[in-house]
Amino acid sequence: MSGYSFSLAGVPLIALGSGALLWPEAGILCVSDLHLGKSGRVARRGDAPLPPYETRDTLLRLEADLEATGARRIICLGDSFDDSEAAHLLPESEKLWIARLQAGRSWIWIEGNHDPGPVSLGGSHLAELPQPPLAFRHIAHPSASGEVSGHYHPKAYLHLRGRRVARPCFLIDSDRVILPAYGTYTGGLDCREPALRTLMRREALAILTGATPQAMPMPLPE
Amino acid sequence: MNLREIPHQTHESPAPIRAWLAARGWCLHTHQHAMLARAADPATLLIAPTGGGKTLAGFLPTLAELATPGTPPDGLHTLYISPLKALTADIRRNLGAPVAEMGLDLRIEDRTGDTPSHTRRRQRADPPHILLTTPESLALMLSYPDAPRLFAGLQRVVVDEIHALAESKRGDQLMLALARLQALRPGLRRVGLSATVEDPAAIAHLLAPHPAPCAVLAADPGPAPDIAMLDTPQAPPWAGGSAAHAIPSVLEQIRQHRTTLIFHNTRAQAEIFFRNLWLANDDHLPIAIHHGSLDKTQRTRVEAAMQRGELRAIVCTGSLDLGLDWGDVDLVIQIGAPRNVKRLVQRIGRANHRYNTPSKARIAPANQFEVIECAAALEAMRAGALDGEPRGAGPLDVLCQHILIAACSGPFHADALFAEIITAGPYAALPRTDFDACLDFCATGGYALRAYDRWQRLQLREGGLWHLRDPRSARLIRMNIGTIQDSDTLKVRQGRKRGGKPLGEVEEAFAATLTPGDTFLIGGQVVRFDALREMQIEVSPAPKRTPRIATFMGTKFATSTQLSARIMELLTRKDGWPDLPAHTARWLELQRSFSALPRPDHLLIETFPHRGQSHSCIYGFAGRNAQQTLGLLLTRRMEEMGLDPLGFVATDYATLIWGLEPLRDPAPLFDEDALTRDCDQWLTGNAVMKRTFRAAATIAGLIQRNSPGQRKNGRQATFSSDILYDTLARHDPDHLLLRITRTEAMRGLVDFARIRDMARRTRGRIDHRHLSRVSPLAAPMLLELGSVRIDGRAQDKLIARETARLMADSGLAMLQTPRQAQ
Repeated sequence: MSGYSFSLAGVPLIALGSGALLWPEAGILCVSDLHLGKSGRVARRGDAPLPPYETRDTLLRLEADLEATGARRIICLGDSFDDSEAAHLLPESEKLWIARLQAGRSWIWIEGNHDPGPVSLGGSHLAELPQPPLAFRHIAHPSASGEVSGHYHPKAYLHLRGRRVARPCFLIDSDRVILPAYGTYTGGLDCREPALRTLMRREALAILTGATPQAMPMPLPE
Repeated sequence: MNLREIPHQTHESPAPIRAWLAARGWCLHTHQHAMLARAADPATLLIAPTGGGKTLAGFLPTLAELATPGTPPDGLHTLYISPLKALTADIRRNLGAPVAEMGLDLRIEDRTGDTPSHTRRRQRADPPHILLTTPESLALMLSYPDAPRLFAGLQRVVVDEIHALAESKRGDQLMLALARLQALRPGLRRVGLSATVEDPAAIAHLLAPHPAPCAVLAADPGPAPDIAMLDTPQAPPWAGGSAAHAIPSVLEQIRQHRTTLIFHNTRAQAEIFFRNLWLANDDHLPIAIHHGSLDKTQRTRVEAAMQRGELRAIVCTGSLDLGLDWGDVDLVIQIGAPRNVKRLVQRIGRANHRYNTPSKARIAPANQFEVIECAAALEAMRAGALDGEPRGAGPLDVLCQHILIAACSGPFHADALFAEIITAGPYAALPRTDFDACLDFCATGGYALRAYDRWQRLQLREGGLWHLRDPRSARLIRMNIGTIQDSDTLKVRQGRKRGGKPLGEVEEAFAATLTPGDTFLIGGQVVRFDALREMQIEVSPAPKRTPRIATFMGTKFATSTQLSARIMELLTRKDGWPDLPAHTARWLELQRSFSALPRPDHLLIETFPHRGQSHSCIYGFAGRNAQQTLGLLLTRRMEEMGLDPLGFVATDYATLIWGLEPLRDPAPLFDEDALTRDCDQWLTGNAVMKRTFRAAATIAGLIQRNSPGQRKNGRQATFSSDILYDTLARHDPDHLLLRITRTEAMRGLVDFARIRDMARRTRGRIDHRHLSRVSPLAAPMLLELGSVRIDGRAQDKLIARETARLMADSGLAMLQTPRQAQ
């Protein structure tokens, strides 16, 4: 498993190519914005029924990360479900799958704007998790430091010989790390957008996800 | 309106029409009479050349029926459908005049996407006698529950330019809409108006209300056109498409004629040619440019100036292939090989809208090989051999959209809807299983995993009727009606503010390659790229600069199968080429003595060293798309064989591959089964498939182009269709949409059918020539642009290099020393 190592508030962390964040010393794996059950929510809304495979696709990747890292503590950083109903409307097989992943691991659901209430699945449910010197929450506080958050689905664009390539990315500076969305059915926000640009320091880095994560300076608006 | 100015018996027509004709000393053409005589037939297809009074012929029976004494009854009598919005407005004006002169009290209105919503509401409550519209607007009207009332009195449907609609999914959608109309009004009569086509029976089959037939009526085609190759003092170059050598001759022709249309195959070529023409235009002749990527106001200005007779020439593309009455055009020049004979004939028809005078046209090949292609096209034209690829059965994505539209209009019975659909020509042979698959897709998504069937979009309720589960979803379906796919384009504006002057649009893929300071051509002027802001491209004029690149991918037509066959036949003539220019004939003689000429039913492959690399040139004559696909497939195989291919380039007639090791035995590469297997493997992860999927998924209603309250750059908030494609390919590879995607890609951009045909046609007959150096026929291939580089290096490696460079440039690499984890 390849990753990009850095430190936040003195804690060594690894940004994995899959979009998960590993805190090796604490055995913590953190993922954000899984948006499980999105196709179900879209169907309930009466829109075109999306292929209902995003939950198993996301869980497959999460399972692989859990096995590869041997993490014992899992923090889902919010928007784990596409809405509060999505969790209990998941097909039984997918609920069992989640339970299987939870077995023998401590599992924390941080609440997000899509899934504010408690979920009917195992694990603890928290508004945010202080884990000094770090703090885990869904949406970044501009004044915080040592903060791990998600919410924005940051994405960076690169120009490669006439082709434009977009990759979900981590954003890192000395105060915080913002995680990319881990879920299969998730779009992204260009990290040059003001919402992200104003949160991050000028010297922030973008770590692109992919087979081998790559660091680059966080792109500036044109 | 076009009539003959010869006195003639006109007693068959009703009094007001007779009086109107008599007052002008006009009489009807034979085919116009015939249309009146056949007014009661259920379906008629009229084939007539441009300028043959086709549109009037279509409307005459309507005028005759409404020209009764007193006020005609209220309600919609005739629906006129045209592929162009502009054409509906044009027809409203052109039809309004004679109707007024005949003293008929008729309401004629148009209804398109541009019609204000209050007018549309009024039209639904109180329809005019004649409504002029487009296929998309008709589909929208049919999606409302009040459609039966709106069309209650409908008698006739006139489909104009049906030959153009027949080539796309818009025609398939229209025929489904006509089937719906016919179910509402069983006595409905249909008329199709078509330009000259190769296979009238195929279009009649589309239009017919099956199982009833559709009669074909052919008007006198008029005199043979005066058409030849344009004489240029300078021979065309070996490669390229700019036709710069023809500029002086073209200018001379413009001077000698009133108005000249100069057709190009691509927008990029039109832009380059226009600029060169303008640089050489020492007499300051008024010349304009017109193509689909230019801003609408700019196009309208050009059209208006043209109609006022103020322009001496227009450089244009397919955007002027259809419709509008240009009046005074007396010469058409086609730059570059026409790729297909039928389009050439239709373009030539744009010259001289007067019946009984020959149209005049000149063709200017852009390079030496195009000389041969143009000569073959001219021969085909004189022989009356038009070409066209059969379109195959009606596509299922359009059918899915039709089912959703039906659901919006009200609950339906599956058997009744199926019975209605198979009366539409494109779907006459539709298997019930395909229909059921489409219905299942619309209702549940049609996935192997039935996770959310409780919330299916369509529900089967009591009485066996399918309902929209949530009636509110009708709004979204209506907002996304239509089969036209806009490629992702960005608006180009001159100046900083939103109020900057709009110049046109470029494709997003092109925009992504621009960096500030780059120059490109749009609307005939050179502009400098300043910035990309809020999904708009800001530019400033840079008239002194050389454009870096012209802008559009546009549609690249492949040379048709029939024309390719004719070219091969022409190449192998024993008695030489007296009809070809001397320089071209000499080139072919040289090829014959040095290597060999491509023969029908044989596959010529030349291998030769050039600049230290081994080259293989495969003369498949399969058209650009297929030759491109062939290049991708063969280089994959050659990589496996250890021949280390480095790149290839494809044209309409050949693929040239270069690499480190020579190809000694080409035969195994062309085994049909192996090619098919390779193609399937290669396709799955291919960008062409993803692009095709996006189009099919959008038409079928899985992806919405428009949603209420959507922000223009809202696309960033939603995930891309590529993710859906990947997810389906991984978890549900037999899904209906993937099946549709595969079928379309195979006959569209991938065009694998022509590769397979080529492999079959030439099996066991490979003419392999080992040469000591490049052959005369292959030499121009070395100059072709657009070669494809083969690199086993993955995107990740490119990213690693680029990110490292950015880190180093920014100095951040010095500040942080990241460790790579294990």
